[in-house]
Amino acid sequence: MLLKGSARKTKVVDDINTDYIISGRYKFKIQDPYELAKHVMEDLDPEFYSKIKKGDFIVAGRNFGCGSSREQAPMAIKYAGISAVIAKSFARIFYRNCFNLGLPLIECDTDNINDGDELELDLDAGKLKNKTKDFEVAVNPFPQTMQTLLNDGGLVEHFKKHGGFKL
Amino acid sequence: MSEKILSMHSGKDARAGEIVIADLDFMIGQDGTSGVAIDVFNKMEGKKVFDPSKIAIIIDHSSPSPNEGVSAIHKKIRDFSKTQGINLFDIGCGVCHQIAPETGFVGPGNLVIGADSHTCTYGAINVFSTGIGSTDLAAGMISGKLWFKLPETIKFEVSGKWPKGVYSKDLILKIIGDIGADGATYMAAEFDGPAIEALSVDARFTISNMAIEMGAKAGLMKADKKTIDWTKKHSKKVFSPVESDKDAKFAKTVHIDVSGLSPQIAKPHTVDNVSPIEAVEGLEIQQGFIGTCTNGRLEDLEIAASVLKGKKISRNCRLIVAPASKNIFLEAMKNGIVQTIMDAGGVFVTPGCGPCVGTHNGVPSDGEKVLSTANRNFKGRMGNNKAEIYLGSPATVAASVIEGKITDPRKYI
Repeated sequence: MLLKGSARKTKVVDDINTDYIISGRYKFKIQDPYELAKHVMEDLDPEFYSKIKKGDFIVAGRNFGCGSSREQAPMAIKYAGISAVIAKSFARIFYRNCFNLGLPLIECDTDNINDGDELELDLDAGKLKNKTKDFEVAVNPFPQTMQTLLNDGGLVEHFKKHGGFKL
Repeated sequence: MSEKILSMHSGKDARAGEIVIADLDFMIGQDGTSGVAIDVFNKMEGKKVFDPSKIAIIIDHSSPSPNEGVSAIHKKIRDFSKTQGINLFDIGCGVCHQIAPETGFVGPGNLVIGADSHTCTYGAINVFSTGIGSTDLAAGMISGKLWFKLPETIKFEVSGKWPKGVYSKDLILKIIGDIGADGATYMAAEFDGPAIEALSVDARFTISNMAIEMGAKAGLMKADKKTIDWTKKHSKKVFSPVESDKDAKFAKTVHIDVSGLSPQIAKPHTVDNVSPIEAVEGLEIQQGFIGTCTNGRLEDLEIAASVLKGKKISRNCRLIVAPASKNIFLEAMKNGIVQTIMDAGGVFVTPGCGPCVGTHNGVPSDGEKVLSTANRNFKGRMGNNKAEIYLGSPATVAASVIEGKITDPRKYI
């Protein structure tokens, strides 16, 4: 799978928590994921949603998605049109939630990626290309469990296909 | 301990790094996550839950409902619970992480999931319990199973004598400050040593509750006599406690002595931004909050009442108290704790999460500073991203609302 888009990176890069991704103010009020997506990362950058073009990547530093277990966080990212999140590391509940929703997460060094850089992510070849800066980094393959979930399109589709866990 | 519990529940002799599919003893959801879980349950074409007696949904995060959006979610939860026959704890019962152990649903050696990040709380009574999302909860409700990657373990060996006015909250804040918000990501934490053994079960819950704030998957303690007595008091179930082997391998062991520990404060806007109280003393606050799954238990309210007895809260400050459960609230009324806190000027809200999650019950104003006993101080957490949240122990909050500024509780103990 080849994903293309621009990097969307906020000024704060480390420890971006799920309250930042989608505030508790909205997660209780709004059930429509497309409406929820309009508030993605709002407390870090009120313009964040309006800058996203379909297929873009969120790029961050360490411990992205720390904090609560709210699935509205990956949901808001996915329905905002983001194709993958690229960060130095992820918090574990968020990590599970993303693969369950079929949203790929890439762990790699992100210091050399700036907001607006044009990126190309080749999931099959395990390569992330920064076209703006003209460099390429190798991306570790996903563990088999995660790959199966992504191939099936998330845990809902996996359950519909197999009637239970077949990982 | 993690390897033992996950092996027992998956029928494999599994080791750290392996992925297993394991049988769940119990699972919980709350009103912020269960609405989505029910939608996913339906999308997965779920018909009946695998075992209604092993599932509980607790309406605690935004309860009673402050608006029609939340009311719709609550209705969805009530309807689903009734149709499926699962345990429902409606408004005012309390916080999910008090309800699950207090009702006797979970106990030593169990494997438990919860669609709430602070599900790690029950590690204090020897439960491998961990937070997951709504889709995982839906999968668990249908199949009774979930996949787990066995974590490595980081051990905290805690020794020393507890100084007066210093509590388990101060210890866990100190640990998180030292190790960082991602210091234990993907790992299980184990807390052991004489200073842990000296704590009540109530005080131990506070530590395990905050394991997630350093990224940990679980915050386990062994089951000692206090654990077994506590569990017997609350549950009729038979449990199988686990203990780490003498030669168990840990990714890291951290030694801490509490003897010289000061009360600790986490400053805005991350939980690992921790200082001893001496560094922030005197900072004016406008609101104090005592409660939550971290510090809303009877012992916490007792400590607060002992500080507030015969005193008045500063006229520049408010105090909001949310008992962690209805039972705790009733007990606190019987013991005169409620009277003492209210005489001092404190306000009680419905047992549950209170203002912690930012949906109701005390949203701070722009520029205001809140000192809270909760577990998170993220920007915007309490519903206003222009307010600042500081975290401390119930004693620190009680002492601080008397003076209207961050105050060392040791002079009131």
